[in-house]
Amino acid sequence: MPQNETIQDLDLDEYKYGFVTEGKPVFRAEKGLSEEVVRQISAHKEEPEWMLDFRLKALKVYESKPMPTWGGDLSDLEKVLSEIYFYVRPQDRMQHSWDDVPEEIKDTFEKLGIPEAERKILAGVGAQYESEMVYHSLREEWSNQGVIFDSIEDGLKNHPELFREHFGTVIPTHDNKFAAMNSAVWSGGSFVYIPKGVSLNTPLQAYFRVNQERMGQFERTLIIVDEGAHAHYIEGCTAPVYSTESFHSGVIEIIVKKNARFRYTTIQNWSNNMYNLVTQRATVAEGGHMEWLDGNLGSKLTMKYPSCYLMGEGAHGEILSIAYSGDGQHQDTGGKVVHVAPYTTSSIVSKSISKGHGRSTYRGLCKVYEGAHHARSNVECDALLINDTSRTDTYPYIEIEENDANVGHEASVSKIGEEQLFYLTSRGIPEEEAMAMIVRGFIEPIAKELPLEYAVELNRLIELEMEGSVG
Amino acid sequence: MSAAPILKIAGLQAKVADEVELGILKGVDLEIKPGEIHAIMGPNGSGKSTLAKVLAGHPGYEPTDGSVTFAGEDLLEMEPDERSLAGIFLAFQYPVDIPGVSIANFLRTAVQARQPEGEDLDIFEFSDHLTERMEMLEMDVSFAERHVNDGFSGGEKKRNEILQMAMLKPRLAVMDETDSGLDIDALQIVAKGVNKLTEEDPEMSILLITHYQRLLNFIKPDFVHVMVNGRIARSGGPEVAIALEEEGYKTYEGQEAPSTNGSAPAA
Repeated sequence: MPQNETIQDLDLDEYKYGFVTEGKPVFRAEKGLSEEVVRQISAHKEEPEWMLDFRLKALKVYESKPMPTWGGDLSDLEKVLSEIYFYVRPQDRMQHSWDDVPEEIKDTFEKLGIPEAERKILAGVGAQYESEMVYHSLREEWSNQGVIFDSIEDGLKNHPELFREHFGTVIPTHDNKFAAMNSAVWSGGSFVYIPKGVSLNTPLQAYFRVNQERMGQFERTLIIVDEGAHAHYIEGCTAPVYSTESFHSGVIEIIVKKNARFRYTTIQNWSNNMYNLVTQRATVAEGGHMEWLDGNLGSKLTMKYPSCYLMGEGAHGEILSIAYSGDGQHQDTGGKVVHVAPYTTSSIVSKSISKGHGRSTYRGLCKVYEGAHHARSNVECDALLINDTSRTDTYPYIEIEENDANVGHEASVSKIGEEQLFYLTSRGIPEEEAMAMIVRGFIEPIAKELPLEYAVELNRLIELEMEGSVG
Repeated sequence: MSAAPILKIAGLQAKVADEVELGILKGVDLEIKPGEIHAIMGPNGSGKSTLAKVLAGHPGYEPTDGSVTFAGEDLLEMEPDERSLAGIFLAFQYPVDIPGVSIANFLRTAVQARQPEGEDLDIFEFSDHLTERMEMLEMDVSFAERHVNDGFSGGEKKRNEILQMAMLKPRLAVMDETDSGLDIDALQIVAKGVNKLTEEDPEMSILLITHYQRLLNFIKPDFVHVMVNGRIARSGGPEVAIALEEEGYKTYEGQEAPSTNGSAPAA
């Protein structure tokens, strides 16, 4: 008879890419966060005065805000933050050709499959090693079309007006404590501009990776999709395992202008000691279309709620998310949709898998402001529990100020059922494979939206984790 | 037909796994030889579906006494997947939904499990074979892309069971109330599929579990057993089913099953 312990042994949380490359950073700020560190970062980046002011103000906001208590357990975080380095820079400047990238870094990328992605000409590869872009390429025809795909630092240097006009407008510094922290110490990330009417068929991809023990990573990404433009941006990350706590807090701002379409795809597979607190938000203008496709694996605690602010009539926002929590992990994720204008539509589909003592929380907000008549929103969150010790919670917040709006919410919790396992095994499928199959089937609605390579990678990850889990 | 039985059940007793007492099977004896079609009929709660599940290794039931030998092996010692590979197939009364998993993918995995160690299934051969089987069962090939039993009608679920049976080529197919929930047209389609499979492989044995006689109009059994209160109360030829149709199960009500050697009578 199949035993219950085989169900317990489904291991998706063993971190598989736990290799470490020895890095020799050129510059590293003091541990912890202080005005001095912020000034050093800004000076190192040779930033204009307004950015230094922006950072220093943000630091004050950060210090004035209490640690949030509404989500995951952050009680250890003060201590963690006093021990990390807020800025590490592996190289003095950006590299533009693959040949110029140091062997050590190439080695790391090779393990992550970057060269392969390059071979397949998967658009411009912006690879972030430690805190900064070290390798950045952009396909020529895009340059010709006026597409900008730069590191955030180069965005500030080379496109100062465009940058300043949009930076910090989607996620203001005071939005939350960690957005304020990021605003003070941000380093690395992408700056993307898609000009009016330009449509990109291949996605823009950025890989990045935290590779310095006790190093915080504060990437900042700003994406502007101008009127009628279409594009897809993909970001995947993976980090090596370290024994001490680590911290990541990114801010992603996206501006989708009139009738533009944009999709932002992330798969994050942080090591199991990582605090991952990310603020990502898009504003969507009239007739615009924004999709967040968000996969969260690994980390100790992730708090991340991709948001769409539907500002213009007929704007559409979509959030698809997958979370996996293994032992000792808490994925507190979900999405926010804010309907400001009439005829706006949105949908959130969230799927989570919890195993062992893992915990998944869906936390979502659907807000419809007065005047956003004919707004429609649908939220669906499904949780799959692998064992009796796994936990899932759902916090769907719905605030509706407009009478003429249609908001739906559906939630389901299921366990990998004895009947499902029996059905599959009774066809000769070994139990661990049967479990992998059920899990893959559960995430299929989202996996099928991923670019093929990522879907294969995700499925393979699940398969790998099932191997040797029985008996 | 070979003389040695493919399945030999002797004095089998079983209960619900988590219950202390409440035996459901109270000493079942049955022998099935290669190529034979047996039907077990019985009123609700007589234990006939439990017998099907115990044969396939359902974790919700626990054998407490007796033995089951399948092709010379101790069946009760085997895991459900091992039983399947050994040649047992259970057509479920209530096939289970596996959302997000296509029938093609599911069957490919099940067929792959039958490959010799380290050998990969030829995906093109598999695909051709699947198409051929679906054509034989008069199914649209697009069916293979649907998710296993997810949103299927009763008839579709049962046809999906027969498709799996056709792909996995069991030595013994146990069909648990395959007729339940089917209208007469669907029943005929399913029966036709089963008959094609038995024609194709005359050595394949079938154990039909049914409440009603009507299925037996379409799939002709060699032997019919009546199960009452966890035991086989009567065994005979097709005439037993016909008698049941006329008399109903009330003849057996309150009756303790006679002590029986359980083997099917000689053909």
